[in-house]
Amino acid sequence: MKEDKINIEKRMLITHAPHIWMGFSISRIMYIVVIALLFPTAAAIYFFGYYSLILIAVCVSVAVLTEFIIKKLRHMVFKMDGSAVITGLLFALILPPRLPIWMAVIGVIFSIAIVKEAFGGLGYNIFNPALAGRAFLSVCFPKEMTTWVLPTYFNNDAVTGASPLGESFTGQFDKIDMYKNLLFGNTAGSLGETSALLIIIGGAILLVFRIIDWRIPVFYLGTVALGSFLVGGDIIFQLLAGGLMIGAFFMATDYATSPVMGNGRIIFGVGVGILTVLFRNFGPMPEGVCFSILIMNAFTPLIDRYIKPKPFGYQGKKKNA
Amino acid sequence: MSILIKKKSKFRGLHLPERKITEKKSIETLPIPEKIILPLLQNIGAPCSFIIEKGDEVRTGQKIADSESYVSSPIHSSISGKVKKISKILNPASGLLMDAATIVSDGKDQWAETSRVFDIGLSQDYNKLRTIIDTLKKDEILSKIREAGIVGLGGAAFPTHVKLNPPPEKKIDTVILNGCECEPFITSDHRVLLEYGKQVLMGLYIITSVLKPEKIYIAIEDNKADAISHISDLIFEMAFDDMFEIISLPSRYPMGAEKTLIKTVLDREVPMGGLPLDVGVVVNNVTTAKAIYDAVIEDRPLISKVITVTGEYNNPKNVLVRTGTAISDLIELCGLKVESTNKVIIGGPMMGNTLINTDFPVIKGVNCILACDSRIPEEQNCINCGRCVRICPMGLLPLAFVRSVKGGNSDGLSSQYYIDNCIECGSCAYVCPANIPIVGYIKAGKAILAEKKKAK
Repeated sequence: MKEDKINIEKRMLITHAPHIWMGFSISRIMYIVVIALLFPTAAAIYFFGYYSLILIAVCVSVAVLTEFIIKKLRHMVFKMDGSAVITGLLFALILPPRLPIWMAVIGVIFSIAIVKEAFGGLGYNIFNPALAGRAFLSVCFPKEMTTWVLPTYFNNDAVTGASPLGESFTGQFDKIDMYKNLLFGNTAGSLGETSALLIIIGGAILLVFRIIDWRIPVFYLGTVALGSFLVGGDIIFQLLAGGLMIGAFFMATDYATSPVMGNGRIIFGVGVGILTVLFRNFGPMPEGVCFSILIMNAFTPLIDRYIKPKPFGYQGKKKNA
Repeated sequence: MSILIKKKSKFRGLHLPERKITEKKSIETLPIPEKIILPLLQNIGAPCSFIIEKGDEVRTGQKIADSESYVSSPIHSSISGKVKKISKILNPASGLLMDAATIVSDGKDQWAETSRVFDIGLSQDYNKLRTIIDTLKKDEILSKIREAGIVGLGGAAFPTHVKLNPPPEKKIDTVILNGCECEPFITSDHRVLLEYGKQVLMGLYIITSVLKPEKIYIAIEDNKADAISHISDLIFEMAFDDMFEIISLPSRYPMGAEKTLIKTVLDREVPMGGLPLDVGVVVNNVTTAKAIYDAVIEDRPLISKVITVTGEYNNPKNVLVRTGTAISDLIELCGLKVESTNKVIIGGPMMGNTLINTDFPVIKGVNCILACDSRIPEEQNCINCGRCVRICPMGLLPLAFVRSVKGGNSDGLSSQYYIDNCIECGSCAYVCPANIPIVGYIKAGKAILAEKKKAK
């Protein structure tokens, strides 16, 4: 029937509801994280000099370039959403300050190409790319990955020094001085993990903008504090030293690799905390944040499977649903 | 005795930009259109079939389609004239074709003869009116409501005579009149409360005389302070103050959805897959109450409707329009221009459907025509941030629906993730930073499940 012909007006756009959006986009989230990361980055450059600036710049640009090439190879659209910048930056911040550039390049390519893109890209990765890249380098170059230097400021002559969590370190200073150094960053360690205070400022920015859920850092740090107390350790030292702060605020809170539900995130935080205490106190290595988070990343799908919200009006399983 | 109660929201809810630009504009009665288009399906339930034929003369208010089915509501001509053709039009909600009659006006607006029994309007003598209503039998009222073709005018379009006749084993102890109007832009209910408040309250009195509840609440969001004070004045004027209570609710989306409204007002949860009457509640929209008054006291079928015509027009307004008016005619009658926009939405911005052309008519459930310029935001990967989960008023996992539908795995949609519980309010898609059209995936998931059920 001719009468039944539907007149389609070309200008009309047919979409699903809703027709308005909040407009809080992924790239906005990512760039707020980048801004928060600038605080520990500034500490890295201040304490470890120009070399760290080069290291960070190389890591970030290689990360973005790797993602660009892989998107081209997969015939996908490359979008500068800031996620590769974060991976590159985070990766650089957990490297030893004097790591040879070429090793860092290998690590960052591994992070982006294998850990992130091979699993499907943004949102699909199982493990935190930056941490997995660091774990990869620790296996490949165990010596270089555990060579720490004392803060050099803008002086290029590096003096090798023990990381705070290394055995030789404890007992060197009197306690108050040690806490002060750990808080402000005047200590040996990975590039961005030395100044607990600046990391906490960055983390506070993420909390204020509601980028991260408070549950993960609070329960992670709380579990470490409680665990350290139980094994008779120095609680304040354990909280401030090593990669715990940057791990709690920037690594464990990664959306893709942590659970969705609030309760799931509590389980996740407590789990990472227990593992960190065990690694630090009973493991062969001084630090355990990296592997603790990676192990809990693997548990995330399982946690998400069992921790679900209670649907509105839920009255138990139906017989024949 | 105070009749105003303030309540806090019992769900997280969204703060939406209100954009209620027409809230101060009085309802304008539009002239009679040259033609009307009346589709057969204007309610939830069974579609009607025509009882007129091409070439027939019809009068205003004459029934043109009806159904044998109980869950259905007849359709009336809203103008007098001649049936020009019966053709198919596209239903923007389902994308399916449905039959529709086109009636061309003779310009006279001659009313069909009505059996008007009461020669009483809303004069000062409210008590007399109340006595008359009290003498009416329940079946009498219900059949009048059915014959007038009244459906829920908040948007769902569920036949009202079915809603007001719950099975006897369900005890109804509370009636809520829903004046929340939580979607942005829409102001039709707000204007109805302000300009037809007496009809609304008398309509509510009719509803309560049918259901005989213990408690009667009028729920209004606190962004309509003028409506709250006006209705409260009217309640005292009409001596309803021992019966009705006004509940002032925070402006949170989706407050106007039945389930969240009942939860907030009464702290009762409608069970999954259940109806409000399972927790002893019946919710009616304010515009429905007015239509009930028109039908029962003035014997006028539902042939006109207050709607908001808004968005990027030069002069947005609230209008009283005959049902069946094509949207193109409506826009012309309002004196508006529409060429500049690429979207015309029937309903609000959160749940409305887009139109492929402006030939579609204003049907019973429509309360807003919104024109806007829009784009299709670029869909990105889900980053598992969980914002959709936290905002979902129904306690669901919207990201799991997207994952299942994208992955072609519909097994767990209903049994594990309870997709049937979704009210499609669109909160999840509104907050999604990856711009995923989550509601689209949910609708697709529901359609897949419906197909599977059919195949069984």
